[in-house]
Amino acid sequence: MSGGNDHHGHHHHDHDHDHHHDHDHGSHLSETDARVRALESILIEKGYVDPAALDVLIETYETQVGPHNGARVVAKAWSDPQFRGWLMRDATAAIHSLGYIGRQGEHMVAVENTADEHNMVVCTLCSCYPWPVLGLPPVWYKSAPYRAKAVRDPRGVLADFGVSLPGDTQIRVWDSTAEIRYLVLPQRPEGTEGWSEEELARLVTRDSMIGTGLALTPAELQEQNA
Amino acid sequence: MNGAQDLGGMMGFGAVVPEPVKPLFHAEWEPRAFALTLAMGATGEWNIDMSRRARESMEPGRYLTSSYYQIWLSALESLLAERGLVEPEEIAAGRSLHQSRPVKRVLAAGDVAAVLARGGPSDRESDAPAGFAVGDRVRARNMHPTGHTRIPRYCRGRVGVIEAVHGVHVFPDVSSTGTGEQPTWLYGVVFDGPELWGEGTDPSLKVRIDLWEPYLEAL
Repeated sequence: MSGGNDHHGHHHHDHDHDHHHDHDHGSHLSETDARVRALESILIEKGYVDPAALDVLIETYETQVGPHNGARVVAKAWSDPQFRGWLMRDATAAIHSLGYIGRQGEHMVAVENTADEHNMVVCTLCSCYPWPVLGLPPVWYKSAPYRAKAVRDPRGVLADFGVSLPGDTQIRVWDSTAEIRYLVLPQRPEGTEGWSEEELARLVTRDSMIGTGLALTPAELQEQNA
Repeated sequence: MNGAQDLGGMMGFGAVVPEPVKPLFHAEWEPRAFALTLAMGATGEWNIDMSRRARESMEPGRYLTSSYYQIWLSALESLLAERGLVEPEEIAAGRSLHQSRPVKRVLAAGDVAAVLARGGPSDRESDAPAGFAVGDRVRARNMHPTGHTRIPRYCRGRVGVIEAVHGVHVFPDVSSTGTGEQPTWLYGVVFDGPELWGEGTDPSLKVRIDLWEPYLEAL
């Protein structure tokens, strides 16, 4: 990760000579990379952004906020019927009680997968995604293939993820067109009776909370750890 | 607007390509573009609806061939230029060429956690009565506004049922213009797959969409 100091340094070099400039930053950087570097140093120079704040923002989503948060919510819902009831009734409050709150999760709704109904979440218009529980969205979630296909052919999307559901399973796709964010509560896998919340959380994948996947079975988890 | 962002139902993009949770970013510039977008959003110079308007105003060919963080970057540049905060020639030069006015607020490193935790709730208090109730059948209007809107094209003219009343929320069509929030009732509306996509559609499909009251008409 390049820090703000980098960019201050870059500025001081500008007056030296172009040779260094080209050597350091020109040939091997993409045009986008160069534009972002330019923009960052301009915004810092004008005093619009605090370079240290940029690093904190990145650090937050790289290390603290991610699908492990959502996995904890799901594992608790699987283990604690009272919490599950609260989550289904008022997901914002139930999720907040575990410390997950804020930007892109201000208004949460949990939707529950059952043997009869499978839920899948998409944002056809942009990239709306429940950040406090899932972190930042994967590339595919924001990309044209998923946004185009999920609302018309969700079984085709599931096939792309290697998932096949019985033909009579009702499929419900949630298009996040407003500021309401959706979290899928996947089905609890069989053979997990008596597991602790920590153990259960390891079965909960990011994709199972978007609805493009299912929670891991105990055998799949074992295979993954082998 | 009927821009390239309104992707629901388009064909020909091919398969969805799954990816693992890590790495989170796929190029060195991506986390920088991400953080710059959030930090500039926190200045209060624009709201989320103006950001979305800026992103979907990209020429469709460019939108569809850009990565999502490239779309963010392009929108950030236009928002900055529109407000005279950073001019395009400054980005080309790689340094500040003009003195610009200060922004309303600067996000300090120490405030990041609190600002993220606060987020930007969109619900508002209102005395206005809701026009629809759970169970009402409604038709999504056949409307094609030239400004920002959150009614996807694929549901326009289609009949659905109100399943949830979400309360009163900031109305993006107005908020994106910078002329106020016009808080408006928001509903969760469910549509049958065949109603949206016609004959031959998987009858087990239902699509639930969040739609503001001006997008709907009573049946």
